[in-house]
Amino acid sequence: MKALLALLLLLALPALAVEPNERLADPALEARARTLSRGLRCLVCRNESIDESHADLAHDVRVLLRERLLAGDSDAAAIRFITDRYGDFVLLEPPLKTSTMVLWMAPPALLVVAFGGVLLTARRRRAPPAPPTAEEQARLDALLKGQE
Amino acid sequence: MLIELGHFALILALVVALCQATLPLIGASRRHGGWMAFADMAAMVQFALVGIAFAALMHAYIASDFTVINVARNSHTDKPLLYKIAGVWGNHEGSMLLWVLILALCGAAVAAFGGRLPASLKARVLAVQGMTGCGFLAFILLTSNPFLRTDSPPLNGEGLNPVLQDPGLAFHPPFLYLGYVGSSVAFAFAVAALIEGRVDAAWARWVRPWALASWAMLTLGIALGSWWAYYTLGWGGWWFWDPVENASFMPWLLGTALIHSAIVVEKRDALKSWTVLLAIVTFALSLVGTFLVRSGVLTSVHAFAVDPERGLFILVLLIAAIGGSLTLYAIRAPAMQAGGLFAPVSREGALVLNNLLLATATATVFLGTLYPLALDLMTGEKISVGPPFFNKTFGPLMVPVLVAMAAGPLMGWKRADLLGALQRLWAAFAIAGLVVLVGLYLTFGGPVMAVFGFGLAAWTAVGALVEWAERIALFRTSAANSFRRARNLPRAAWGSTLAHLGMGITVAGISASAYEREQIDILAIGASMRLGAYDVRLDAMTREQGPNYTADDATISVLKDGAVVAVMHPQRRFFPLQKQTTSQTAIRSSLFADLYLALGEPDGKGGWTVRAYWKPLISWIWSGALVMALGAGISLSDRRWRVAAAARRAAQGARA
Amino acid sequence: MTPRRLLTLLPLAVFLAVAIYFALALRPERDTQALPSAMIDKPVPVFDLPSLADGPNLSQAAAAGEVVVINYFASWCVPCRIEHPVLMALKAQKITLWGIAYKDKPEDSRKFLAQSGDPYTRIGVDRDGRIGFDFGVYGVPETYVIDRAGHIRKRFVGPLSREIAEHELLPLVRALAKP
Repeated sequence: MKALLALLLLLALPALAVEPNERLADPALEARARTLSRGLRCLVCRNESIDESHADLAHDVRVLLRERLLAGDSDAAAIRFITDRYGDFVLLEPPLKTSTMVLWMAPPALLVVAFGGVLLTARRRRAPPAPPTAEEQARLDALLKGQE
Repeated sequence: MLIELGHFALILALVVALCQATLPLIGASRRHGGWMAFADMAAMVQFALVGIAFAALMHAYIASDFTVINVARNSHTDKPLLYKIAGVWGNHEGSMLLWVLILALCGAAVAAFGGRLPASLKARVLAVQGMTGCGFLAFILLTSNPFLRTDSPPLNGEGLNPVLQDPGLAFHPPFLYLGYVGSSVAFAFAVAALIEGRVDAAWARWVRPWALASWAMLTLGIALGSWWAYYTLGWGGWWFWDPVENASFMPWLLGTALIHSAIVVEKRDALKSWTVLLAIVTFALSLVGTFLVRSGVLTSVHAFAVDPERGLFILVLLIAAIGGSLTLYAIRAPAMQAGGLFAPVSREGALVLNNLLLATATATVFLGTLYPLALDLMTGEKISVGPPFFNKTFGPLMVPVLVAMAAGPLMGWKRADLLGALQRLWAAFAIAGLVVLVGLYLTFGGPVMAVFGFGLAAWTAVGALVEWAERIALFRTSAANSFRRARNLPRAAWGSTLAHLGMGITVAGISASAYEREQIDILAIGASMRLGAYDVRLDAMTREQGPNYTADDATISVLKDGAVVAVMHPQRRFFPLQKQTTSQTAIRSSLFADLYLALGEPDGKGGWTVRAYWKPLISWIWSGALVMALGAGISLSDRRWRVAAAARRAAQGARA
Repeated sequence: MTPRRLLTLLPLAVFLAVAIYFALALRPERDTQALPSAMIDKPVPVFDLPSLADGPNLSQAAAAGEVVVINYFASWCVPCRIEHPVLMALKAQKITLWGIAYKDKPEDSRKFLAQSGDPYTRIGVDRDGRIGFDFGVYGVPETYVIDRAGHIRKRFVGPLSREIAEHELLPLVRALAKP
């Protein structure tokens, strides 16, 4: 409960995310900054992007991100500026690399496997019984003969 | 004294649950009527005992009995009565007691309303329910006992957090738990069927109302939680793909698959082993959710009391319940006879598609939620999996679900004419197409995906209406005839139409969020800022005195074309006792858009930070969920009637 | 085993794998908060910070050819006070320990050190936390070990305990100091 309280306290702090004084004058640049900061995780608050977070560090990152954009960085370069220091952990969308291959590939792979499995069972169930082989036919004939 | 009585009742409940878990099972295998019938009584008594325990704890909260540690930690004499009551389940121990109360309620409900179940099946269902009860009662008594007292009671309690005093927060756990715990009944039916070795149409008819009821509750619980986040957080976010949210979303997704696959079992005697598996895994995911929230394994914004020891206990319960039932499944399922055959293009085929996609979506959410932890354990590497991941993987999976949703109900059983079904959907297709074209034209250069979202929503909603119109032969026969048909339409049909319509409404609400407008600025008194078509003007700031806080109250006029359309009052409240400041948002909801205002900090020069949002169709997200739950409710009212009618017919048939 | 039987065993197998993984996740020694630094084995960021004690500026150039321990601290940070005695003990070990006052008013830092003792060889002032950002600091106290070639070799997050200082930090510093 303590943890819940503490976290709710954080949530409830009235200093809310992006502050007016952080914003860039150029609306296009500011829009880019907003988009980028929605994809960056606030390190100290967990599961919140820096765009939503009121934490001090999130504020710093927002300001620095805007500095980079003002300095003419591309989106990728501005993001790299932050991941260079804080690692891929700050990216809310995990980049595709060896260690995240399973994560990204699993959903489509599961779908394909599940579809394949269902189609296979459906086909097997509907397939008429295979015609007897020559050997089976011979034995069948022999049996039938025997009955007569 | 009452507290000791409650404690004692809880211990007795455990004893009763133990008997309920064993005797009826033995009775069922030896065909001993009395022992089987014992299950009914045990379930009722267990419910009564847990009810007494719960009432005792609630009384301690209402009476502010601070000799009870749990009350002292989580309540306060100054709390309004409503929040004293809600405080009972606002903490780990009390919420577990509510959990067990609902579990016992479900057991008692099966005992009371399951009159037409075969005696052995009913006995086994209640026995499984008793086993689950045993596990959780032991969990409470051994690790999370709310009835412990202290020798030195504090003068007043610690729990007066203003943030927690909110109706949305107070009432969303009971719904969530009804959803989580309700899935235990379908689970119990699945395990009982595995023990009996028989799954048939009758079984599906008995399971479906329970699955439907718990699904409806979960729908409401999730919607309520999301709505709470929306109006509290101060910027209108309503879904974060947070681990705790995902923990409730996964059983919802799989429960959705379950209520659909059970139809196939009921009508066509097919997909039996899959449906049993779904019932088991849906409950498993509810338990996994409980484990994740209470063990501290994952970091989340809503983390509960974290305690690895409790986590270990729940893990053991999980292994016993789910490991056990899946072992039973592995033994018994291969012997289950595959039922009615069907062509890939058929109603069954459409429902299989629905199940495949929903199961894959569930697996995706599961993987996304737990992958960071798995990677950390294996390699020590830390990554984050946030909303962008889920939007990119989960979103595409939902598109075919929605596309198929309109066509499925129009397809015949066994073998269907897809082209025919699509032809009958021409109206849905035309309207969806129109929506997309008009949308693209009006918002040229805007978010394209959202326009397609609207198209999908229209397709889904109109598709549901088309199916309904088909059933009552609207416009193809006289109005009177259609009306008569509508009156004779089974409630289950009304229910599914409504639920699908609700989904369309929710999808429209979600798509519309791409068009929201935001404006954040520092406003001096009299100054205004532009928000889309509106002007937001700060008229006055006043200091107001609340019962236990002082508030900075903003009077903000929202103008459109110079005319005032709303005067709103967002506040910042300061609670001196707790030294806490909270933000009270002001929301003006209408059918088509919400105006959402939050008050930020003063700048010290007479200006205040004001956040203003215009959120089109946002309330549709929750309204849609409400309609879905309503559909389930209407469907449920039909089920009971049908079970009874089927039994009556069977009885008449036997006599004839 | 028929394929059908294998298929019905699959859910159990998946569940057991998940259960084992949950059990591993529950181990009490697992630290959920620890975050490895992205700066390990990278050159120490370039900085030139005003000194807390009117001396010459503190810059990374001054560390050339030496093993340096850099400790981020602040007077407002409670765990820093817990860590402080450990740092005082480290001072006696004759290692180069630099302090960087993180987002702290210089007068507050000075007061804090005057009260509880100054363990640092030199102290820089990172008033706005900008250099801390370059280091990847996400909360004080944090302690970095820089090798003689000027690369960050190790980061400790949170207050150093006597244990960690003696068994991890000091051995590392000594090993790095060997020519």
